[in-house]
Amino acid sequence: MENLNLFIRSIFVDNMVFAYFLGMCSFLAVSKNVKTAFGLGVAVTFMLVITLPINYLLQTYVLSAGALTWLGPEYADVDLSFLSLIMFIAVIASMTQLVEMAVEKYSPSLYSSLGIFLPLIAVNCAILGGSLFMQQREFPSVFTAICAGGGWGLGWLLAITAIAAIRERLATYSNIPRPLRGIGITFILTALMGIAFMSFLGIKI
Amino acid sequence: MAEKVSNKSVLLNPFSKNNPVIVQVLGICSVLAVTAKLEPAIVMGISVIAVLAFSNVIISLIRNTIPTNIRIIVQLVVVAGLVVIVDQLLKAYTYDVSKQLSVFIGLIITNCILMGRLEAFAMANKPWPSFLDGIGNGAGYAIILIIVGFFRELLGSGTLLGYTVVPQWCYDHGYVNNGLMILPPMALIVVACIIWVHRLLNKDLQED
Repeated sequence: MENLNLFIRSIFVDNMVFAYFLGMCSFLAVSKNVKTAFGLGVAVTFMLVITLPINYLLQTYVLSAGALTWLGPEYADVDLSFLSLIMFIAVIASMTQLVEMAVEKYSPSLYSSLGIFLPLIAVNCAILGGSLFMQQREFPSVFTAICAGGGWGLGWLLAITAIAAIRERLATYSNIPRPLRGIGITFILTALMGIAFMSFLGIKI
Repeated sequence: MAEKVSNKSVLLNPFSKNNPVIVQVLGICSVLAVTAKLEPAIVMGISVIAVLAFSNVIISLIRNTIPTNIRIIVQLVVVAGLVVIVDQLLKAYTYDVSKQLSVFIGLIITNCILMGRLEAFAMANKPWPSFLDGIGNGAGYAIILIIVGFFRELLGSGTLLGYTVVPQWCYDHGYVNNGLMILPPMALIVVACIIWVHRLLNKDLQED
């Protein structure tokens, strides 16, 4: 139950895009049409679900203070937490590479639709941000980490698909002042949607 | 970037014509998150300038020895190493600011400005121009951060760098701080206004 709550909260209340503004670069660059936006969203969700539990295990059994006690009592006061950034990004980068190779081998059709986005994901801040939030909030179990990852990913997917749909309409139906066209109006749109999403903040689940 | 560009334009272009934030649209995440107050915005700007300049130099020095297919991992590791140094320095000397910036110092690693400049410039140029490019782009980024931070702190809390600047008689006559400016979505609106003004002045950047 606790995990289900966390999952739903991660989608709406703690939405990666509208509450934390993470993953904005690809969010703004790839939201020109719904189809590619959806593809990228799926890829991000997938990577969050994979990397969060791995980084959670790394964090609990290797990096945090006293985590190495399972090797022997003499390791009890080793604190490797200053390495966590490098370890997390290494996990993310290598998982991206691995997933890319796996998808290419086993599902060429998925690869051709996601292909170009997969390498981009290593530098999507939403992924690293997810791991850093996981570290900050001290999740109780791996399963919690998976739920949070899935929720954050779905929230990101929701956000990018919505904004892409709006931009598609805007391009044809509206008369925007010339200097604001393109990126300017997208900023304002995102801000308005962010304000709308803030209404979820009061909800306690 | 095959054509010959002078060092001066490498350094100065990112300030306006080729600004990383408002023209290339890179590194937006941190612009939104750290600019509620001016002080963290300045610290963040300086950290990014330092990391960007030095990672550009390092990547540029080893650019001929990096195998192409693992270059992203190599770049990330170099950047991550530098970011860890900055993070530890901030924790040691400016603990309060480092608490405010929380995960965003770590997120410098995935700041797209870094990857963008490393891929587009440092991989193809000598160390000295790369250093200038890093300084220029970092400063272009920092300027936007500072402008946004300035307006958000001034209008949102009536202070600058923690000192009250809106005089008391304004409040006595019914002036109220705009609490909305503190919230992250307003950073987007401020950036959009900067883009608006900037593109109004630079007609060639306008899109159809």
